[in-house]
Parts: sequence; C-alpha cells; structure tokens
Amino acid sequence: MNNNKWLIWAWATSIALILPTAFLLLQSLTPDTALFEHLWATVLTDYIITTLQLVGLVLFFSSVFALPTAWLVAMCDFPARRYLQWLLMLPLAMPAYVIAYIYTDLFDFSGPIQRTLRVLFQSDVAIGEQWFFDIRNVFGASLMLSLVLFPYLYLIARTAFLEQGAHLFQVSRGLGQTPWQSFRRVALPLCRPAIVVGLMFIGAEALGDFATVHYFSVNTLTTAVYDSWLGHGSLSAAAKISILMLVSVFAILAIERWQRGRQRFYHKYTGQSVLFKLQGWRAKIAFLYCASLVIAGFILPLIILAGYAIDYASFETDGQLGKVLLQTVWLALLVAVITTFLGVLFAFTTRLSSQKTVSWPLKISGLSYMMPSTVLAIAVLIMMTLFETKINDALIAFGYDAPGLFLSGTLTALVFAFVVRFQAVANGTIETGFLTVSPSLDMATKSLGKSDTKLLFGVHVPLIKKSLFTAMLLVFIESMKELPAALLLRPFNFDTLATYLYQYVSDEQLEQAALAAILIVLAGLYPVIRLTKTSGAN
Amino acid sequence: MKRLTALLLASVILSSAAFANDEQINIYSYRQPFLIEPITDVFTEETGIEVNILYVKAGIAKRLEREGKYSPADLVLTSDFNRLLEITDKGLTQTNQQMQTSDVIPAQFKDSEGHWFALTKRVRAVYASKSRVADTADITYENLSSAQYKGRICTRSGKHPYNVSLVASMIAHHGKNYTKDWLLALKNNLARKPQGNDRGQAKAIKEGLCDLSLGNSYYFGKMLMDEKQKSWANAVRLVFPNQQDRGSHINISGMAMTKYAPHKKNTQQLMAFLTSDKAQSLYAEINMEYPVNPNVEPSELVKSWGEFKADDIALTEIVKHRQTAYKLLDEVKFDL
Repeated sequence: MNNNKWLIWAWATSIALILPTAFLLLQSLTPDTALFEHLWATVLTDYIITTLQLVGLVLFFSSVFALPTAWLVAMCDFPARRYLQWLLMLPLAMPAYVIAYIYTDLFDFSGPIQRTLRVLFQSDVAIGEQWFFDIRNVFGASLMLSLVLFPYLYLIARTAFLEQGAHLFQVSRGLGQTPWQSFRRVALPLCRPAIVVGLMFIGAEALGDFATVHYFSVNTLTTAVYDSWLGHGSLSAAAKISILMLVSVFAILAIERWQRGRQRFYHKYTGQSVLFKLQGWRAKIAFLYCASLVIAGFILPLIILAGYAIDYASFETDGQLGKVLLQTVWLALLVAVITTFLGVLFAFTTRLSSQKTVSWPLKISGLSYMMPSTVLAIAVLIMMTLFETKINDALIAFGYDAPGLFLSGTLTALVFAFVVRFQAVANGTIETGFLTVSPSLDMATKSLGKSDTKLLFGVHVPLIKKSLFTAMLLVFIESMKELPAALLLRPFNFDTLATYLYQYVSDEQLEQAALAAILIVLAGLYPVIRLTKTSGAN
Repeated sequence: MKRLTALLLASVILSSAAFANDEQINIYSYRQPFLIEPITDVFTEETGIEVNILYVKAGIAKRLEREGKYSPADLVLTSDFNRLLEITDKGLTQTNQQMQTSDVIPAQFKDSEGHWFALTKRVRAVYASKSRVADTADITYENLSSAQYKGRICTRSGKHPYNVSLVASMIAHHGKNYTKDWLLALKNNLARKPQGNDRGQAKAIKEGLCDLSLGNSYYFGKMLMDEKQKSWANAVRLVFPNQQDRGSHINISGMAMTKYAPHKKNTQQLMAFLTSDKAQSLYAEINMEYPVNPNVEPSELVKSWGEFKADDIALTEIVKHRQTAYKLLDEVKFDL
C-alpha cells in the first residue's frame, strides 16, 4: 500500500467513528428549544454545579490517592512495596456502582457503621433526633468513583516517575530542597503531561458515569441528558446538553495546553535507579497508606461480595452465568482487538507524513470518549436504524427479502458503540508507543526499498508490542465494565456480566447477583495484573 | 483483519438468522427477567414456543419508534401504565380483538380498542412506622404534606415512574397549581433527599430516620420473604391511603402487542396465557401483586393486608398529565 491508501483507510474509519457525535451535533442545532428553556429555568443550573463538584472532587481524590502511592512505589523502598505496586492496580477491576452499593450498605444510616456509632455515643438520644451522616451525596459518589478510577492515574504516573529516574530528584535535594519541595517542584511538573492524560481519562469516566450517580441520587448533566430524552422525550435537548458537555471539556483541555505553552518534556532516563529506603514511622505510613487503598478499593468489597454470594447464590439464578461470562469476554476481546488495530492504523498514518492534516484521523477518532456513553448509544441506535430502514426499503423495492435490523438488532451495534467510545483509550497508548521508535529506523527501512506495510509489520509492530498489549488490556477492562451502552444496544439473548448484574442492582438487590459481580472482578484481574507488569520494568 | 471481518460477518448472520425462527416470541421488557421468566418458562413448556426477553431499563417507545416496521419485538411488558400508554399513544401497537372481547380482564384495566391490557395491579401505598404512627386510618396522599409530618417522610426519587404516576393522578384530581403546592410542601416534609428504592424507605423507617414513606404494596410482601429484609417490613404497617374518600392510587403492570409483531399468532397465544388463571396465580404467588383476572385470588399473604378501596379514575385520564407531572417535579426541584 502506498501512503495514500493508508490515509484513505484512516480517514474512512475515523469518519465512521465520529459519525454518532457529529449526528448529535446536528441534532443540537435544531431550533427546538422549548424543553431546553424549561430545564434552564428549573434544574439545569443545579445539575451543572453538581457535575462540576463531582468531576472536581473525583479529580482531587484520585490525585490524592494516585500520586503519592505512585511516587512511593516508584522511588522508595518500604515493606511489601513489591506486592503493593501491582495490588494498587486491582481496584480498576471493580465497577464503581458495585462498590457504591456495598459502601452504602455499610455506611448508610441503617448500616452497621452508623448503627454502632449510635449505640456507642447516642444511645440516650431519642429515635429520630440522632445525628447522622449521609453518604448518598456528591461527596460519597466522588469518593466511590475515585476509589476505583485512581489506578488509571497511578499507572500512568508511576511509569512517568520511573522514566524520570531518581537523579534529578537527587540534584534537587543536593541544591538544598527538602524531599517534599523536590517532589512538588521537580518531580510533579516534569510528569505534568502524563498526569493530565490520566486525569483526562478519570474525568471522562466521572462525567459519563450513570449507574453510580443514579444510585446515589446525585443529579449530574448525564442525568439531564437521560431525562430529556426519556422523560421529556426531546432528543434535541439531550443533544444540546451533551454537546455543551463536550465543548466544555475541550475548552478545559485547550486551556491546559495553552498554559503548558511551549514547554517540552523530552527527558527519559534509562538506567537503574536506586530506591530511597524509608525507615521507621515513614515506612509504616507509606505501607499503611498504600495498603488501605487496596483494602478499601478491592479487598473489603470483594470479601463482602463473597459473603453475599454465599448467602444468596443458587444454581437456579446463576446457572446461565457461564454463558454470560463467555459472551462478555468474547465481546471485550473483539473490541480490544479492533480498537488496537485501528489505533495502529491511525498512529502509523500520522507517522508517514509530516503534514499536519494526516494526524486528524487519530485526533477525530478519539473525540467520542468525552461523550457520556448513554448519549453515544442513543446516537448509534438512531443512526443505525435510519440506515437499516433505508436498506430494507430499497431491497424490498427491488423484490428481495428484507434482512431486518441487521445492525441495531445484532451485536454489530454494540461492538461499534464500544469501539467508538474506547478508541481514544487505544489511541493514547499506541501513539505514545510509536513516539519511542526513532524516525531514523523508518528512513533506514525505506532506503532499503521496503514497502510501508513491511515497515509497519516488520519494524514498528515488534518494537511497540508492549504498547499494543497495554492498549488491548485497557480496552478489555473498560469493555468488561461498560454499562449504559450495553444496556441500550445489546441484542436478544445477549447479556454482558454488567447488564446481567444491573437488572439486580437497579432493583437494589446486588446480593442476588453477587456471583456476577465477582466474575466481573475476576475476569478483569488478569488483565489488570498484566498491565502493571508491562508498564515499568521492575 | 480478514479473519476478524469474517468473524464479525458470521456473528451478524448467525444472530439475525436466529430470529427468523418461527416458534418464538421476542419481548421488550421494563420488568426484570427474573420476575417474568418463571411464568414464561411454563408457557414454553406447554407450547414449545421459545420466549426471548430483552430487559430494557428505559426508552422502549423510542426504540420501537426508530426500528419501525423492521422491529423484531412482538410484545412489550411494562411495570407501570404511563410507559404502557406512551407506547400505544405513539401508535406503536396493534389491537388484540380476541382479548378485548373476552371478559378475563375488567374494562377499567384494558384499552377500549384492545391495544393494551393490564396484567397485575399494585397499590401506591404508605408504609407507616408501627411504633411511631398511631393513627393510620385517615392518612391521605394530600395530608402527607401537612405540617404534622415535618421531617418525617422518606421517598424514592420523584421521577421514578411510580411516583410520576401518583403526581399525575394528583393533577387529574386537583389540578396543576394545587399539585405544585402539594409537592413543595411534601418536599419540605422529607427527612432526607429522595433516594433508594421503596424497600430502602422501609429500612429507614425501621432505623428511625423517618416515620412514613410511599411504597408499592408488593414490595412489602417481597421484604417479608427475604431473610435480611424481613425486619424492615416488620417495622412498618402497610397503609392504604384515602380510604375515606376516592381510594388508593392504583398502578398496573401491563402488556401490548407491537404494531409490526413478526410472530403475531404466538404473541396472541402468550397474551392469553399471561391472563389465564394459571399465569395470574403465578404472578400473585411469586410477585405478591393483585391479579387483574377476577377469577384469581391474591396470595394468602396479600389477602391478609385486608380489603381496600381503589381510586377508580380512568388510567387514561391520569396519563394525560404525565408530562406536566414531570415538569412540576423539575420546577419544585423535588429530587435536589
């Protein structure tokens, strides 16, 4: 294939991937504003404030969880560090709405924690008069989301710290800075691009979350979108709100880019760093901080789930779980392979020419990650049914049998929606992978008269195998847990573990489906552990 | 890439071929499969017709609208009448004359043209604390907003279909302005922001967080059957509101055949089965709902809650106010 062919493929696929978002953009421009005005006059401001609070708090908590732990395991030595460095990734396998459910049970007014507190401190206060705290609010929801999302940032930051090496830090110490000052003034700023990428992932997840906020009765803009379409029946208002969300996200990212200005961060350390050995109370605190996150985000919820499963699991209800597990894994794998393949196509095309426009497919194809997946799924459904109706009508007109809903009525819709949503995840990882391959290799290959295809498969792919694998793992984990799109687009007789679980969670009976929740966690476990091993050499 | 494409194509062809099979029925359902599968399993056993259920959380009407005449769905099951009538009002259903003319379902619980049919009835009841609410005889939806209940009421989200129906019925009886004031006053009486489900409110009453809550009748029965939740149900009394005047608000679960049902004959057969004595008693026993078929008695447990007077306003009257109800809930910021 010559350059043009690569480029045509890249453009064609990226345009297909942006279609749902473009469709929503068109919808948002329709002049039907009645409902939008009603929402604006009543609840929209509250939703916007809550959304800002949620995203802000999630980013804050995630940073507080991820950055210190990433620094500690990358730079310092303390008890159990070798295990903690991958244990800290485990919460990623836990869906946010599952731990939300479990912690509500524990911390609710009627849960064991508050009950014990009342017995201990307020036994003489009349019923109805006691003090209580509510975890079903924006604060609680942010905490729950952060507990399972922080590993994204942890993973990226840890790799960045490792690549930075210890010597810059030592230089800074030598110039009289305290460890804390060196961390804040040297290590953190150097990792800024990486940290921003991590925070962007986390922010997008928080913005698009539906199940957790719904369970906590926290009304965000995603609620507004959902309400507009399904409650008030207005696609136009739903589209307006989601485009508004998209635009604000890009505004924030643009400000960050602008503020970062022309700083570049080329430093890459390849030698072996010496770990700073923590002693005494410092070692204890480091250990406790990391361990408590692992316990809160993974071990405790898993134990509670196991408890539920022992009480409630039965063959009668869980008999079909084997099939559901296979369907889920198959779907997640398929999506992981497709996104990785496309990611390579986009990144490779970008590399083939120095013109700016060639990187557009890469950029465009990642845009939809910032759309809440409920909205994305709605757009996919509408587009596909429009297309299918046309095809069916045409075939009938020519005297053929109508094939029916061959896209939206089948797995195709689901796979497409997942790819649209998670392409950004694959792109990010693969793009970074390509950056580590020196351009001189390309020139050498070309000067030997090899084709572009040879260059890609003979030179690039073997060199960036690790990045490809990481991309696949990340997309796989995301696909396993993805709920709103799966709920809206899955065909008959097809359930993912997440949708199976949700029919119980939506009725607040997670206990009945605890086994399904455990399976989601277990199926995600292997990829999560592998992820830590492939990123960061030690 | 080739292999992948082949795999994709194969899966598409296979999954579309599966639904060309005649001996089956496709259901879009708002009700969770674990509630209806025990009943449809009996049907499959008797007839050999396979029943595929797609549990949909929201938006069935939208989906049917978009799918048009190529939709694979034959039957829609809903857990409330607003969403049932949303589908019929949009012209997405067809009539079932045979069912319409039979007297298995009383006139109040079916469409006069035969588009929709109720399957079960449920009461939007009030759970009242056994220990802290002495007099329950004169509890009405209207007086839940009175000052005596300040800080004593819990409820799930106002936008849950069950509450939207109740609000719409208030508009039907008292008009929009009255209902808005009522909602505002009710909101002021809440012990906490609307959250959780109906069972969660009983739990909160047990713990003393509030004294009264709105709750569907069958959840009360379901709680009694669950080891962990039994104590929540035991802490409350099931109260039928408005017994001195118009009666308690009734909601229904129901069904409608889609306009382009590909398996029409099978669907009619299933609809007849679902209203038969056999299926109706299964509904009564498993889900603690009131059967619509007058030949079938509620379960013993449900009967033990006593007779009650039901509001007999036409369901279609209530549905007219659904959108207004939804907007009022925004205006008073009920859930915020």
